[in-house]
Amino acid sequence: MMAMKTSDEQFKERVEKNLNDSFMRGAISAAQARFQTRRQARVEELGNWEEWRAHGEEIRKHVLENLDAYLYELSENVEKRGGHVFFAKTKEEASDYIKNIATQKQAKKIVKSKSMVTEEINLNAELEEIGCKVVETDLAEFILQLNDHEPPSHIIVPSLHKNRRQIREIFAKAGYDKSEQPEEMALFARKTLRQEYLTADIGITGCNFAIAESGTVTLVTNEGNADLVSALPKTQIVVMGMERIVPTFEEMEVLVSLLTRSSVGQRLTSYVTLLTGPKGEYETDGPEEFHLVIVDNGRSKILGSEFQPILQCIRCAACVNVCPVYRHVGGHTYGSIYSGPIGAVLSPLLGGYEDFKELPYASSLCGACTEVCPVKIPLHQLLHLHRQKIVEQEGKAPISERLIMKAFGLGASSSPLFNVAAKVASPIMSPFARDDKITSGPGPLKAWTEVRDFPAPNKESFRHWMKQRQKGEKS
Amino acid sequence: MTIQNRDEFLNQIAKSLGRPVKTKVERPVWKHAPQLEVLKNASQDELVEVLKQQCQNIHTTFVQTDTANLPNVLQQVVTDFGGESVITWNDERFEKFGVKKLMEIWPETGIKVYEWNPDTPKENIRQAEQANIGITISEMTLAESATAMLCSHPKRGRAMNFLPQNMIVLIPKSTIVPRMTQAAQKIHQQIEKGQQLPSCILFMSGPSNSADIESVLIVGVHGPVNATYIVIEDQ
Repeated sequence: MMAMKTSDEQFKERVEKNLNDSFMRGAISAAQARFQTRRQARVEELGNWEEWRAHGEEIRKHVLENLDAYLYELSENVEKRGGHVFFAKTKEEASDYIKNIATQKQAKKIVKSKSMVTEEINLNAELEEIGCKVVETDLAEFILQLNDHEPPSHIIVPSLHKNRRQIREIFAKAGYDKSEQPEEMALFARKTLRQEYLTADIGITGCNFAIAESGTVTLVTNEGNADLVSALPKTQIVVMGMERIVPTFEEMEVLVSLLTRSSVGQRLTSYVTLLTGPKGEYETDGPEEFHLVIVDNGRSKILGSEFQPILQCIRCAACVNVCPVYRHVGGHTYGSIYSGPIGAVLSPLLGGYEDFKELPYASSLCGACTEVCPVKIPLHQLLHLHRQKIVEQEGKAPISERLIMKAFGLGASSSPLFNVAAKVASPIMSPFARDDKITSGPGPLKAWTEVRDFPAPNKESFRHWMKQRQKGEKS
Repeated sequence: MTIQNRDEFLNQIAKSLGRPVKTKVERPVWKHAPQLEVLKNASQDELVEVLKQQCQNIHTTFVQTDTANLPNVLQQVVTDFGGESVITWNDERFEKFGVKKLMEIWPETGIKVYEWNPDTPKENIRQAEQANIGITISEMTLAESATAMLCSHPKRGRAMNFLPQNMIVLIPKSTIVPRMTQAAQKIHQQIEKGQQLPSCILFMSGPSNSADIESVLIVGVHGPVNATYIVIEDQ
């Protein structure tokens, strides 16, 4: 299986399968509501959120325009502090470098804290292939790993689609025999993983923001696992997407504030950890060896293109948490480790249209994603841009689009499918007419959110929409 | 210390951006600075109040005391956590705050005390892992998010902040600032002066937590399960 890709099923099959998973849909809908409420409270209390967003945007844009200079400065400073820096053009280069370290260290056990970029480079499977035991220590990732390496369905809470009963069953595989109370299950994870940190040879973490001026890596977490992963093993490896960098501590602070408020609705997470190089000479914990792996893996192709704004992303998932399509179909439908609006834009860019050309159509272009993005990425416009490119490239409406239409069309005969078709269909009608309406911003969002349980249109209007849409494809 | 593949990598970036490679850039003067507006003119007492309120949101017990009464307050908090065993830093500020003597008599009352020791790496971890309570001191404290800043040092280990079940942080009132902005500014200035940063700077806001199971908040996951802040009137 490809690293980005999480499923070999067709998009249409995934839509149908996930729409019929009512447990999953209930869990996602409830989680979205909670995320939105918390985020709203933390955003409103600031009183000038639009200015915060504008600041976030100007920082990210400046960094992308000067990315080579900041990466140069970062690598110089990591080296000055005794760390190693490896620039990896491809996912293979990145995982080969890390495998080499594991081999040199004769590492048997590797503990990891949550990192999307290590999913992207397929690191766990690569390390397991050379005989390492890889232990995910984030609670959600621990759950998924125990469940036969199930792929993540959300970039912040990878196990969002699982309910407590399912999690209890998964834990039973590892010898858990207590209740399905979340606290009791978390205690089991705490006890199990404690031993793993203490006996691991290597710790691997991601990187929320690297700080160029000092060669520092920022980790934004709540559970405390990333800190144990970086404090206890003798070797630490940090893997970062090349765009995840800021000039100084001052910009880091602003982006961390935007991230924690937007993602989990907290003023700050329990831990914001700033790691600079290996441990000091007389310190007794922290890694003796520190490696920073900076990954391109397709990002430089996005840079300088019309899609460059997607690299502003700070991975907060606010767009995922408001997306009506995500709510109905869930993360696994996207077939990529990156789901929701961010995933629908990013996955085709990093993984190619061949595997992911349906994703830009998994959107109603309602613009809710654009409105919540803390760094002002015009997500719905980028989705529309993808659709234009796909049509241009194929010379006609792609077959994948028909497949999706068929999937939604099929919906009219069964109730959950019909509901989603209706909900997706309705807001799309106005932006569908002309480009200028789509680019005019998230206007249609208002109508969407004001009528939360949008009444399903009757079959005539849906058929009418389908017809209109088919006409649109041909013209 | 190595840097591998940098030139080729940066060349590709410059090519994408349609210009020659840059290895230096001036940070611009930003158009916006909303972070400076938060709690802008708050007095030290107002910041304490903000910190106190935020402690409720992050499931942290807030206690305030003057220096004279600190030993009594600390004794009470340790007793409330069940005593047993304490791990602390080797830090002269404990002496300054008048709690060193208290720590010295704890063993006589059945509370084991271990000080992080730069000469015994393995023992440090073993002790931290078994300790019921960890006691640390905040370097800078962020009122908005009720956050303590803890820096690594040969005499102050990192794992100590995570392995014990319960966490007590002493917060000198003079260390309280509005938010992370002020801490970031200070650290940035230190870097500009050429000072070396600690290998680990931790901003800790209360006990560890997770909402990974059905979005239900679980307090206490891999790090501490409980936290108490003791704000000390030191001015």
